[in-house]
Amino acid sequence: MQLDQLYQEIILDHYKHPHGRGLRDAEDPQARVAEAHHVNPTCGDEITVRVATGGDVLDDISYDGMGCSISQASASVLHELLRGRGAGEAFAVHEAFVELMSGRGQVTPDEDVLGDGVAFAGVARYPARVKCALLPWMAFKDAAARAGVGASPTEVKA
Amino acid sequence: MTTIAIPEGMPQYDDVPRFDVAAVRADFPILDREINGHRLVYLDSANTSHKPRQVLDVLAEHYAMHNANVSRSVHTLGTEATEAYEGARAKIAAFINAPSVDEVVFTKNSTEAINIVAYAFSNASLRPDADERFRLGPGDEIVISEMEHHSNIVPWQLLCERTGATLRWFPVTDQGRLDESGLEELVTERTKIVSLVHTSNILGTVNATARITERVRQVGALLLLDCSQSVPHMPMDVVDHDADFIVFTGHKMCAPTGIGVLWGRGELLAAMPPVLGGGSMIETVSMARSTFAAPPARFEAGTPPIAEAVALGAAVDYLSGIGMRAVQWHEKELTAYALDALATVPGLRIFGPNVPVGRGGTISFALGDVHPHDVGQVLDSLGVQVRVGHHCAKPVCTRFGVPAMTRASFYLYTTTEEIDALVAGLEQVRKVFD
Repeated sequence: MQLDQLYQEIILDHYKHPHGRGLRDAEDPQARVAEAHHVNPTCGDEITVRVATGGDVLDDISYDGMGCSISQASASVLHELLRGRGAGEAFAVHEAFVELMSGRGQVTPDEDVLGDGVAFAGVARYPARVKCALLPWMAFKDAAARAGVGASPTEVKA
Repeated sequence: MTTIAIPEGMPQYDDVPRFDVAAVRADFPILDREINGHRLVYLDSANTSHKPRQVLDVLAEHYAMHNANVSRSVHTLGTEATEAYEGARAKIAAFINAPSVDEVVFTKNSTEAINIVAYAFSNASLRPDADERFRLGPGDEIVISEMEHHSNIVPWQLLCERTGATLRWFPVTDQGRLDESGLEELVTERTKIVSLVHTSNILGTVNATARITERVRQVGALLLLDCSQSVPHMPMDVVDHDADFIVFTGHKMCAPTGIGVLWGRGELLAAMPPVLGGGSMIETVSMARSTFAAPPARFEAGTPPIAEAVALGAAVDYLSGIGMRAVQWHEKELTAYALDALATVPGLRIFGPNVPVGRGGTISFALGDVHPHDVGQVLDSLGVQVRVGHHCAKPVCTRFGVPAMTRASFYLYTTTEEIDALVAGLEQVRKVFD
């Protein structure tokens, strides 16, 4: 098992220099804002993801949390990939990321869709760490639903 | 090699019981495994221990040659199985110096053992004719500590919800010791039971129980010791400890999973109402009502884990053959070595006592800001198996202000070379994340 498959430079870079970290208020006072707090009960990792949307576009995705490099880097990548995107596009990326993580290392990621998210391909080979990578994405889905975008919260499973 | 003579009158090297660790390691087939291209370095025995060939053989032999249900058959196999099962009970009673074999109740694990006591309280609280010592209501109190495993927290929280009793707890000091300074205010006439961990599964602290026992006796409460992390690692004498109940689990002491023990004073077990109902735990059954068997059968409803119990007996034989004093001393030396070695790692912070006194061979730590998951992952790539996370003791993590910890834990087969491998691995972790 090659450790650098898991801890790719891109992941370590996002971990050490996270993008968009910290919960922010919406710039537009009319925006719908909602957040979701998810925990991984087996390890205690926590994340809060906040979504601000004026309608179809995810104006901001901010987050805060504590956890391992995989979960924190994953939140940073999520912020980079989905902020400012239309809801439809964002959920397509979401779906691609979930598919990648569920693929046990057999899925070849599309860099055009997943950007830095392709670095998580190696994580999918480590079943114990897949949940770490998915934690912010599940919290995002939940927060988006609460903000009126995407699936209803009851359909979201962490 | 130079031999240094220890002056006469001082404790001599040979005064301490020792054993051949290499010979012991040869008994554990799994220790020959390679993990990720490296020799296995197993530092997770507080989670579960490995099993020696002697125990695995007994387990296989039982199923191969003596398999039958217990306590209900007149045939030869049934008699053999029953003798093996009850023989294991006798071995375990001797191992913990229980005054009577009937005080040893087989359970699934420590968690189930604690739940049996908690539910006995619960059931007694619903029956006006039950023993006063087990009846709980508003105003009554249960005392635990901040360093408990979740299995010694949640059953009592649930019991308090059901009965209206109040849960209170001992705090933990910055050094990871039990803070007994409030003992008199905490354990009072309102206290019905004090349920305390003997050796912490996360801090490694071995709690000195004498003062607490004295106070418990003064106020007429009961004392349960969670010995899951102590019975596997040191001699245990329930009479000496003056406890009312102790619980422990087989899989942490060279035995299979699925078998644990509740030991209770005979007269207390006899005063407890049953918890699980079913076969084997009855005296007589009619369609309207039933009467119940005496302990331990009263608390062993249904077909028990027979082979597992027999294998636990074999594990106790194995450990007794080496000697629990020797096991304890071996781990004490390892702990002293490990505390010194870990102190050389830059940025490493130990949670719990940092001296090898009043602590066992379980050491939790933080390595700078590196998350324990990442520490554990890098160590695993080097074959070093440690546990990461909150160790089912989340209040301890909260107490020390961290979401998780990395934990290395030792047993009789652990060597100083393995501790060196851990320290070298931690250097690797620092390289990846610095």
